Amino acid sequence: MIGGAIVSFFSVVGDLFKPKSFAGLFSAAPSVALASLWLAFEKHGGTYASIEGLSMVVGAIALYLYSHTVSWVLLRYNFAASIVAACTLGLWFMAAFGLWASFLK
Amino acid sequence: MKISVSFSGLAQTTALEFLLRFGLGGLVTAVAGVIGIRFGPVIGGLFLAFPSIFPAAATLVEKHEAKKKEQTGRKGKKRGRTAAGADAAGAALGSFGLLVFGFVVWELSTSYDRGIVLCTASLAWFSVALFCWLIRKQL
Repeated sequence: MIGGAIVSFFSVVGDLFKPKSFAGLFSAAPSVALASLWLAFEKHGGTYASIEGLSMVVGAIALYLYSHTVSWVLLRYNFAASIVAACTLGLWFMAAFGLWASFLK
Repeated sequence: MKISVSFSGLAQTTALEFLLRFGLGGLVTAVAGVIGIRFGPVIGGLFLAFPSIFPAAATLVEKHEAKKKEQTGRKGKKRGRTAAGADAAGAALGSFGLLVFGFVVWELSTSYDRGIVLCTASLAWFSVALFCWLIRKQL
């Protein structure tokens, strides 16, 4: 419930703003992170949340590579947004787990 | 281009689309929690920056912008895709903010209360994301 509410909140905020490049900032809002970390603090304590925070730094680098690629493809080629966004999700996994294996494992 | 607030985007969003976002958001939060429990906080933390609702959000942006253009009697497909591309470019800049959010959580979580940590991290996210957007706009 909390996760759904926070994700919806940031989506609505993103819908309100123009230009689209500014509204897009809210597509990378820490919506899932806020709900998950709130619960992580409560259940497992600060050390657990701290470890999740460090991993999140790696996940954010992967998110940059993913969203930059989606933007680049959509602005240059004539593909549907849903197809590009879904088909490039593998890039996030490769980057996130590649960085995890290199620095966090 | 200046930042402005427009309620027309909200008016275009249907109740089903709101429900879809709410449901997906809840589902992804639950899945991230389960991954954390099953595989530990290192793997679980990665998924806090997973673009979970991004494909759905990009599809909605494309659909809404195309519809807006088509209402003026012109083809809207290209406009929709350009808008979704611009939205994704914004998300790329926002991910710098998300990186700093994670860094703040990493640094402060063992010393401060969760309310302070998450408020500070959220403020840092927005400040860095806005700063990156303003810099990009100047280039």
